[in-house]
Amino acid sequence: MSKISLKVNGTIRTVDVEPSVPLLYVLRNDLGLHGPHFGCGLGQCGACAVIIDGIAARSCVTPVSTVKGEITTLEGLAPPGKLHPLQQAWIDEQAPACGFCQNGQIMTAKALLDRNPNPTDAQIRDGMNRTLCRCMTYYRIQAAIKRAAKVISGKEAHA
Amino acid sequence: MIPCTDRRTFLKTSGMLVVGLRMAGVADAFEASSQQPVGAAAGPYPDPDFHQLDAWIVIRQDNSATFYVGKTDCGQGTGTAFRQMMADELDMPFDKTACVMGRTDMTVDQGGSGGSDAIQVDGWPMRRVAAEARRVLLDMASAKFAVPADRLSVADGVVAVIGDPSKTVTYGELVGGKRFNVTLSGRNVDATTGVAKVKAVQDLKLVGQSPQRYDIPSKVDATALWAVDATVPGMVHARNVKPPVAGAKLLSVDESSVRGIPGFVKVVTKGNYVAVVCEREEQAIRAARQLKVNWQKPAASPFPASTDLFDYMRSATPTSSPRPVVVGNAETAFAGAARIVEASYEVPFQGHTAIGPAHAMADPSNGQMTIYSNDMKSYGMRNGVAQFLQMPRENVRVLWQEGPQGYGRTAADDAGFEAAFLAREIGRPVRVQWMRDEETAWDTKGPAYAVKMRGGLDAEGNLVALDYEARAADYNHVGYNEPDTVLIAQLIGTRRATPASGSAATPSDMYAIPHRRMAGHVVQLPLIWETPLRTGNLRDPNGPQSTFASESFIDELAAAAKADPVQFRLMLLTATANDDDGFRRARSIAVVKAAAETFGWDPRPSPKSRPNGRTATGRGFAYSFRGQTIVAEIAEVEVNRDTGRVWVKRLVCAHDCGLVINPEGLRRTVEGAMMHALSRALHEEVAFDGEKVTSVDWTSSPTLTHADTPERIDVVIVNGDPNPKRPDLPHYGAGEAACKPMIAAVANAIFDATGVRLRRVPFRNARVLAALKAASV
Repeated sequence: MSKISLKVNGTIRTVDVEPSVPLLYVLRNDLGLHGPHFGCGLGQCGACAVIIDGIAARSCVTPVSTVKGEITTLEGLAPPGKLHPLQQAWIDEQAPACGFCQNGQIMTAKALLDRNPNPTDAQIRDGMNRTLCRCMTYYRIQAAIKRAAKVISGKEAHA
Repeated sequence: MIPCTDRRTFLKTSGMLVVGLRMAGVADAFEASSQQPVGAAAGPYPDPDFHQLDAWIVIRQDNSATFYVGKTDCGQGTGTAFRQMMADELDMPFDKTACVMGRTDMTVDQGGSGGSDAIQVDGWPMRRVAAEARRVLLDMASAKFAVPADRLSVADGVVAVIGDPSKTVTYGELVGGKRFNVTLSGRNVDATTGVAKVKAVQDLKLVGQSPQRYDIPSKVDATALWAVDATVPGMVHARNVKPPVAGAKLLSVDESSVRGIPGFVKVVTKGNYVAVVCEREEQAIRAARQLKVNWQKPAASPFPASTDLFDYMRSATPTSSPRPVVVGNAETAFAGAARIVEASYEVPFQGHTAIGPAHAMADPSNGQMTIYSNDMKSYGMRNGVAQFLQMPRENVRVLWQEGPQGYGRTAADDAGFEAAFLAREIGRPVRVQWMRDEETAWDTKGPAYAVKMRGGLDAEGNLVALDYEARAADYNHVGYNEPDTVLIAQLIGTRRATPASGSAATPSDMYAIPHRRMAGHVVQLPLIWETPLRTGNLRDPNGPQSTFASESFIDELAAAAKADPVQFRLMLLTATANDDDGFRRARSIAVVKAAAETFGWDPRPSPKSRPNGRTATGRGFAYSFRGQTIVAEIAEVEVNRDTGRVWVKRLVCAHDCGLVINPEGLRRTVEGAMMHALSRALHEEVAFDGEKVTSVDWTSSPTLTHADTPERIDVVIVNGDPNPKRPDLPHYGAGEAACKPMIAAVANAIFDATGVRLRRVPFRNARVLAALKAASV
């Protein structure tokens, strides 16, 4: 075990864990952050996604000791009591079915819009393609991303 | 909005509360609602009495209400629909209500979810008890104001004396903090009723509106409480070690191979069941990988390789062949037919492959067993675990919590039993989490189907005879939460003597065909126990398989008759005027026409003219029904002739499930069902060699992706019957019907685009490309 400090959602947190432990288990079990979910442990589905220095990272295959940047989880996407435009768009579109994968969908979309505030349909499909949903809510997710992009770029006041 | 419950508070504190605290058993929702935090009772956990109104509805002094129902919501918004239906009968505002579901210690046993019956069946007792609560409240107000109840009006939970605006009283003032103490009647929970009648359709106000799902905000801001999050002090983590090949026998485990792992607690073995338990999750994962286990392979191959599956199924001796459905005399009609068309169709095993692998947490504190599970049938799990562990039912409870998709008999059943078993073995709370390869290989499978179809056309192109003959690899189909078929029971060896016979379904349509025979045979694979190829209900069990064959073949017959596929179907639907009680034939006609109209269907035979560009486009139609719910779907496809990739560009669904509770919720449910079946059409297949499943992750077991998403989906809600003289339709089920026609609609569209008929699912690029090349398209 070794002491590792992480900056998570704006706060420095120190944990005493094996350096090779995937970040996902530290977030969920040591820091009580249940936004990221275990889906595959292989980096294939995206349910565990968190944002590290602007990149949507798969926390299930990221050894905790390798994390140098600031981590944002779904809990930290917006200030307490507020919703990020993506979260609001997800509600407005009523996008989730079971909702288990939606952490990864939202966090991946966040990184996508940060990189490209006005993605085309093809860019959304491409940018989201490795983030899986077994309720297949992709149609509504894509609509929610477009809705959020409009709000973020100020084209449409949030209703 | 009122939070659904304070479950999160409960979870964070319950572990401490259950230690050394002994509270009376929770008898009903009223008792439960008075606890702080909710659910802190240490047991035992007697059944809530569905004959008590207090078991269903609790009204507080602030004029809010909580409904306690014995269902679970797997992401279709049924909880929101229950609130609409009950608030409507009660005349309460939707946003002053909340709903608690699927907790066996607190909510009456309505069986949890399954069969798309939540609205169709369970909605009725909910409506009746809410109507009864309204009646009782009006009686209370009548006594208070000393006026007859018929001089009272009620709106938004406030009772007023008609003509005297000074006299009003809220429900909360009448009964808040008190019991109703009203006994209901009905021989079972589905028949539960009071004296009051439910409202007529035209008096319903919330039903038919689309309030947003109350669970969605918590699912996008990370405050939802999922079964994966369940944690109590002292909890340890377990991982299973599955047999490396199906049917392997455990000879020995070398515990010394993992004893040095930090946090190691125990290796548990019984029969062929092996699990490791550690203090921390990553330690358990490491131990499961590192444990040295000596397995003995079975002498005989447990099953054929998936490449040989259909040949095996066709040559196997059936284990059962239910009596065929026969109309007229098909053989005689075939003999007189001008033209006979024959075709065979194949659908492989397909899995649930939940996005979150199976999991559960079990807490054995206080000599009880509390299981936190997302299993959609929490009541069945309670009963099954009690039998499996030989504990009194009253000492076992299951607390349903949110989880990854519950579309039938998932491995959540298995994980719940494993957690309870291990918790008792260890004497500590145990969390079990399956890994990805375990879930994808070992969850239950929808049965593989091989179907032979034969049709006879007369000289004018009329269908005069139709034969459907299916073989389904479905022997020993496992039920829900059965203590003698769950995987741990199979591996331990405590399994039933007589396996379930399984089924081989026949298609559902209202075609009037003068001579028809529909037959099914169940076949078995060599190994029926301890096999990853165990079948269980997968969303609309058998429907996508049988309808792929039947509705593809109707299309083949239409093409042979050079008829438009929609016109051909309408001809079959209008060939008789006889209807059943649910007017399914008349409603089928309405649904077929609505789908065609919405799509902008131009009548012509398939296929289109031979494609010459890189991309071939076409459209395909299919129709079916499930129970009383009628569905017709159209897929518009682009087929890439260079790669074989099929993109379903547009989907249309016309859907009639009777009275609609929440149109926007229904639209999404129908979209989801179509997309689920689209994934099965394009991607999904369980692959196996002669001893194990080889599709074990999202590369080897591909699924629908964002890139596959149609650019447009239209769901047309057809409400009922074009004949206004017939009675209003009740609310039917909607969770599965839209799965049924999709595979056929896609196959028919590929045929329309290319002239190439795909009769083997899934339509992956390589298969499509090979078929195009073989036909020189």
